[in-house]
Amino acid sequence: MRIVPLLVSALLTWGAIHLFNTQLSVGGSKTPRLGYFLSPQHGFWQNAESTETNYNGNIVLKDLQGKVEVYIDDRLVPHIYADEDNDAYYVQGYLHAKFRLWQMEFQTHVAAGRLSEIVGKERVPTDQFFRRLGMVYGAEKTKAYVEKNNPEMQSAIDSYAKGVNAYIAQLKPEEIPFEYKLLDYKPEAWTSLKTYLFQMFMSYDLTGRGAVTDLQMSNARNYFGYKDFDRLFTDVQDSLDPIIPKGTVYANPAVKVVSPVDVQTAYLGDTSGNSTAMAPFVPNKSNGSNNWVVGGSKTKSGRPILANDPHLGLNLPSLWFEVQISTPTHRTYGASFPGSPAVIIGFNDSIAWGVTNAGRDVLDYYEMKFKDSTLNEYWYNGEWVKAEKRSETIKVKDSANVIENIAMTVYGPTMYDLHYKNSGSGGKNLALRWTAHDGGSGLLAFYKLNHAKNYDDYLEAISHWNTTGQNFAFASKTGDIALKQQANFVARWFRQGDFILPGQDSTYAWQGYIPTEENPMIKNPERGFVSSANQKSTDKTYPYYLGAASNFPVYRGVIINRKLAAISNATAADIQKLQMDNYNVFAEMARPLIMKYVNQPVLTADEKKYLDIMNSWNGVSDVNEKGATVFNVIWDSLETTIWGDEFAGATTNIGWPDEITLLESLQRDSLYSFADNIKTKNKVETISDAVMEAIKKATVVLQKADKEGKLGWAAFKDTRVSHLLKINPLSALHLPIGGGKHIINATTETHGPSWRMIVHMTDEIEAYGVYPGGQHGNPGSKYYDTFIDYWATGKYYPILFLHLKDAPTHKRIKWLMTFTKA
Amino acid sequence: MKFIVSILLTALLAFVAGLFTQFPWWVFAISSFVVSALITQSPGKSFLSGFLGLFLLWVILAIIKDAANEHILSTKVSQILPLGGSYIMLILITGIIGGLISGFAALTGAYLKKSS
Repeated sequence: MRIVPLLVSALLTWGAIHLFNTQLSVGGSKTPRLGYFLSPQHGFWQNAESTETNYNGNIVLKDLQGKVEVYIDDRLVPHIYADEDNDAYYVQGYLHAKFRLWQMEFQTHVAAGRLSEIVGKERVPTDQFFRRLGMVYGAEKTKAYVEKNNPEMQSAIDSYAKGVNAYIAQLKPEEIPFEYKLLDYKPEAWTSLKTYLFQMFMSYDLTGRGAVTDLQMSNARNYFGYKDFDRLFTDVQDSLDPIIPKGTVYANPAVKVVSPVDVQTAYLGDTSGNSTAMAPFVPNKSNGSNNWVVGGSKTKSGRPILANDPHLGLNLPSLWFEVQISTPTHRTYGASFPGSPAVIIGFNDSIAWGVTNAGRDVLDYYEMKFKDSTLNEYWYNGEWVKAEKRSETIKVKDSANVIENIAMTVYGPTMYDLHYKNSGSGGKNLALRWTAHDGGSGLLAFYKLNHAKNYDDYLEAISHWNTTGQNFAFASKTGDIALKQQANFVARWFRQGDFILPGQDSTYAWQGYIPTEENPMIKNPERGFVSSANQKSTDKTYPYYLGAASNFPVYRGVIINRKLAAISNATAADIQKLQMDNYNVFAEMARPLIMKYVNQPVLTADEKKYLDIMNSWNGVSDVNEKGATVFNVIWDSLETTIWGDEFAGATTNIGWPDEITLLESLQRDSLYSFADNIKTKNKVETISDAVMEAIKKATVVLQKADKEGKLGWAAFKDTRVSHLLKINPLSALHLPIGGGKHIINATTETHGPSWRMIVHMTDEIEAYGVYPGGQHGNPGSKYYDTFIDYWATGKYYPILFLHLKDAPTHKRIKWLMTFTKA
Repeated sequence: MKFIVSILLTALLAFVAGLFTQFPWWVFAISSFVVSALITQSPGKSFLSGFLGLFLLWVILAIIKDAANEHILSTKVSQILPLGGSYIMLILITGIIGGLISGFAALTGAYLKKSS
C-alpha cells in the first residue's frame, strides 16, 4: 500500500506548516508565528533595513492641495516645506507613519483600552481600567468640542489623519513594522479620534496619579486619623522656592470658595471605608520637567535663552520626533508627538516655548449612592437621578468580548462599582470628576504657539489650554521672557479633593474654575529669569488651594533658581552645562542631618568606611561617584526605619510621606515621635537610634553592591531606555549617566529628560537638542537609537533650522522627498 | 542532474511565489509539492532536494538582507528568540524551517507520484 506513506507525509507537511504558523506559548508569553516571522520574503528580515537606505523619493498622493518638499538631514530629521498649512500636516502625518507607525497605534490602543485585542486576555484588567477611567469618553468629548469650535484645528488633525492613512494604504504586507510581526497583528486605518486618544494618554500620564493617590490618601487618613495624617502629609514645605517669587501680591479672588459646614466631621474626620484598588500602571511620580528662560540682562548676547527638558518615562521608540514645518504662515522647529500634528515643544522665527507639568489636582473621586444593583439611578440633591449607561466593548484575542457598562453621573463615569470591585471598600461606588473629560480645545494651544509671533500671541495661544495644567515658558527675539501656569484650575478650599469626596449632593462639588487672568504668571521680572520645576507655583498668599503638597517636588526648583540667580553673561554652552548639572541639593540639606545623629564610637569598620565615602563626597551625583550611592542607600534605609513600623499595620495600600516631610520634620523636631519603632514595646527609639539602624541596614546593601562592583552611582542606578514592550534586546541598558531624583539632570532608572532643548533667540536662532532615542522607530534601522550615547554623555546636536533657499545645497541635507498631488 | 534541477526549480518557484506577499508565507509548500510530483525521484532524494531548495533560498535571501543591515536586527531577534544573539544561528534556523516544510511537501509529491 502506497497510500500510507502518502498520507503520513501529507500529514507531516500539514503539521509542520501548522506548527510554524501558530503562536506558541512559551514561559508565559507567546512566540511569533515562526514560519511567517522568519520567512525572508514576508517576515522580520524585511525589516532589516539597509544601513545605506536612500530616503529620496517622489510620492504622488491624492488629497494634497499643492507640492510639498521634504529635505531630510543627516539625523533623519525632516524639514517640511509646504505652500499650505494643511499640506504640511498631511505630510507630517505621512512621515510620522513612515517612521513611527507601530508606536503611534500602540500608544492609542493603550489609551483606548484595546490591548487585549492584540495581546489576549491577560491585559483585560488594564483595558477595563482605562475604559472605566473614561479615556475614550474624554477623547470623544474633546473631538466634538474642537469640531464645533475650532475648525482650523480640526482640519489640521483631519489632514494629518489623511497623511497617516496615505502611508498605510501603500504599505505592502511585508513592509509592516517589526512589532506587528512579532505580536502577529496588522495596522488599521488611522482616525482623527486617535489624535485625541493620544492626548488622553498624555493627560493620564501627567495628571492621572490622582486616580490612585486620592484613594491612598483616604486610606492614610482613615488609618492614622486626620491629626496624624496632617503631620505626615503636611502642606508645609519650608524649602519651597515657588515659580512665582515669594512676596508677589495677588489680587482678590474672583471665585470665593467656601468649604462645606460639615467639612470637619463628614470629610476630614471621616475614617470609613478603605480602598485597595490600584491602577495597572501608575503614572510616575517624577513625571515633571524643568524649563527656564534667562533674560537678555544675564546673557552674553543680550538675547534670551530658553531651556526645557520634560521628564517622562524613557522609551524606545521615543515619545518624541523632531521635525521642521515651514509654510507661508510660519517656520517652526521642535519635538512633535507621533500621533499629533504640529510641534509640541519648540521655536519659530520669532519665539520659543517650553512646558513643564503643573502638578495641580484636576481629578477627584465622589462617593455615590445608587438605588439598587442595576445602577440605573443615583441619589443627588434629594432625589433619584437617572444614570445614563455608557457601554464599552473590549475585544479579546482568542476569547470572548468583555463588556463594561459604566454608569455616568453628574460628576463623570462611575469608575468603581459592584461590577468593578474596589475590594475593601464595602462596595463603594466612586465616580470620577476629571478635567480631561471636559472637552476643551485639545492641541489648539500648541497649534497657535507654532504660529505665534510675540508675547500677546503666546498669551492668547495658551489661554486655549484648558484641561490638564502646564507651565508654559516663553522667550522672544524682541527680549520678552515669561512663564504662565495654565489650565482650567479648580477653585478649591483647603484639602478639597485630597480624599474621596461625598457625592450625594452638590455641597462638595467644584465651585468654579479660577479665571485664567488669576493663574500664576510672571513676565520680564527684575531678577532676569523665569523657571519652573514642578514645584508649587506660589507661596501661601495665593488665594486658592493648589492641591496636596505631595504633588509638588521642591528641590529641583531650589537649585535651578539658585544657579540662575548666580549666572551672568550666559551662553548656550553654559545652559547646556546647567541642564546636565548633577548637584544634589537635597543631599546638601539631608547629609548634615544624618551626620548630626551618628553615634561614632559604635560604628563597625564597614559602616565607618561607607560614612567616610559619603562625607568626602562633593554632593555631585556623577557617573562614578560612590558617595552618591551611599547617601541614597542610607536615606532610603532611614525612610524604611522611620515609616516601616507605623505603615506596616495598614492593611490597605498607603504611599509613604515625601522625602521633604521626613527631612524637615527631623530638622524641626529633635523628638520626632515617628522615630520610635512601635514594634519594640519597652523602648522609645530616638532619631539617633533610627539613623544608626538605617546605617546598619544600608551597609548590608552597600557591601553587596561593592562586591558586585556597583558602588559607582551610574552602575548602581542602572538607567535604561526600554522598548515599549519591555523587550530587553530592543532596549538600551546600563547607560553611563549620572543625575537622579531632586537633581536638575533628573535621570532615574527608567525615567528622566525625554527631550533636552536650548534655544538662543539671536537673529538667526541658535538651538540645540537631543533625546534618548532615534528618529526611526524600526529596531532594524541604524537610526533607531542613534542619539542615546549623546544624550547619556550630555552632548547636544546643533539644530538645523533651515531656510528653504539653503536647503538643497546644505551639507547636512542627505535626501529629498517630494510630494505631489495625484 | 534531476536532483540539481529539482533543487533549483524548487528554489525558483518558491521565490516567485513569495513575491506575491498577499499569499501566505507557506505558499512554497505547493510549488515544492508540484516540482517533486513532476520530476520523478526516490522519496529520499525528493525530500532532500525539496529541503535544500528552500534552505538555500531562505539562507541566501536572509544573508543578503542581513549583510546590508550589518546584523543590526538579526542580533536583536536572535536574543529575543532566544538564540544567544548569534545571527548565524538565526540564519540557519530560518533555512531549516523553510527546508523542513518544503522537504515534507516534496516527499508528499513523490509518494503521490508513486501511488498513481
